[in-house]
Amino acid sequence: MTGWSTRLAWAAEQVSPVVAWALAAIFAILLAATAAVWALGRLRPEADWTELRQRVRTWWIMAAVFALAMVLSRRVSLVFFAFVSFLALKEYLSLIPTRRADRSVLLWAYLAIPLQYLWIDMRWYGMFIVFIPVYAFLLLPMRMVLIGETEGFLRAAGTLHWGLMATVFSVSHVAFLLVLPSDLNPHGGGPGLVLFLVFLTQFNDVAQYLWGRSLGRHKVIPKVSPGKTVEGLLGGLLTTLLLAWLLAPWLTPLTGGEALVAGVVIGLGGFIGDVVISALKRDLGIKDSGTLLPGHGGILDRIDSLSYTAPLFFHLFWYLHGPLVTRLWDR
Amino acid sequence: MTHYELLQRLFFWLVVRPVVLVGLGLNVRHRERLPAAGPAIVVANHNSHLDTMVLMTLLPSHLLPRVHPVAAADYFLRNRLLAWFALRIVGIIPIERRPAVAPPAAAPAEPSAAPTPGAPRPDVLAAVAAALERGDVVILFPEGSRGEPERLAELKSGVARLVERFPAVPVIPIFLHGLGKALPRGSALPVPFFCDVFVGEPVPWRGDRKIYVEELRGRMQELAAEGHLAEWL
Repeated sequence: MTGWSTRLAWAAEQVSPVVAWALAAIFAILLAATAAVWALGRLRPEADWTELRQRVRTWWIMAAVFALAMVLSRRVSLVFFAFVSFLALKEYLSLIPTRRADRSVLLWAYLAIPLQYLWIDMRWYGMFIVFIPVYAFLLLPMRMVLIGETEGFLRAAGTLHWGLMATVFSVSHVAFLLVLPSDLNPHGGGPGLVLFLVFLTQFNDVAQYLWGRSLGRHKVIPKVSPGKTVEGLLGGLLTTLLLAWLLAPWLTPLTGGEALVAGVVIGLGGFIGDVVISALKRDLGIKDSGTLLPGHGGILDRIDSLSYTAPLFFHLFWYLHGPLVTRLWDR
Repeated sequence: MTHYELLQRLFFWLVVRPVVLVGLGLNVRHRERLPAAGPAIVVANHNSHLDTMVLMTLLPSHLLPRVHPVAAADYFLRNRLLAWFALRIVGIIPIERRPAVAPPAAAPAEPSAAPTPGAPRPDVLAAVAAALERGDVVILFPEGSRGEPERLAELKSGVARLVERFPAVPVIPIFLHGLGKALPRGSALPVPFFCDVFVGEPVPWRGDRKIYVEELRGRMQELAAEGHLAEWL
């Protein structure tokens, strides 16, 4: 019994009050959303609310899993993000054309996941930032060449690297934010930054959708995503900016101006990420990337915006508030 | 619960389910068409040893001891350990095949090894028939062997003989895609890939074996066409 209670006590210590409040706020919002959907069901019983209900239910599950991952030890959180990368890469590789000859190469690609997250666990920034863009990029085609199947080589090498970048490299930026030393962010440390990023990214998605539904008139990118409108994009962007400016002092060390920049980065980046994955799906002739998340589609559908906002926000933060590691020329 | 049933359940929950649901991942269309109870004949295309694991995971878990994949005796009973595992843990019903399709690792084939549809001998059907009479669920792979990954081969006629004897038992066609990518024949390295599962409506017996086999093949092809399936080159 004592083993468990000490472990729980340690887990609780990990959570700063700011983060605990932020998580509580997220659940409060979910409760409000659930109540709203219930009310809608009562007010307009003839309409079909199943998809919306499924969406909200899946949101609860995602929020609960995410909150748990944040609150338990750092290693558990890293395993969680690594698992998300694994599911996303697996979904991606299952959607795109692949060659039988590349089977062992794909296994090596999967191996990049535990390695990437190992560098994060070690807080080895230099390796985390180059492992996939340099080593995976160079070595995987080498493995392909050793197999020797040249037909479709370029497409295979290109699509594999793209997938690794979008699902592993991008998502791992969230994980690196998590392990940043807490003196870089007195307001909730790594978890504070992660909550800021992830919450705003998801909020931006929902906001753009809602603004688009209410005011949407001019399509912004009809060939790729006919549902997206200029009004939705701008409305969502402004709402995200406002929220970023309000939340930043609680969860991050960003100043007012910096928070606005972060808001723009997340608002625009989220939109672009969503649209890029939509373009991919159009090219492949599919509507949803999978069925893993009822009401949402596949995991790629859910992390598409994050795949853009995570690296962009991370490097903005790193530039503004990161440790002074790269000033080689000041010595 | 006997020892074997316990071992079977442990194997299923600790190995099969995690491998299929996490390592692979299933996208199931028309899950409601899966049989909730026996007797039933489940017919699927065959691309990988993983096919059986996926089908075991799809069927209700309480049916587990009553699900019997029909499998080749020459392959699965070739040594004592594998035979014990196949019979006791997986619960197969072994059938003898005529050496029509030689496994690639075998010695050079005899002159008479031209592919002929291997009609199972009468006593083989008896074991399967007994299972159906008990109300169990039987899994058949009418292609006969794992064949080329992700290509539907000619179907053997054994399934038609069985349905002729049991016209009231529902025959559920299931098309699986992706397992030939994850673990094709001849490979020992499993690669994580999602598996698409398309469950069809029952195929009723209409009185003629040849027509039945053709109708079954047609259904499988229709199911395959239902989804967008990524190219496998």
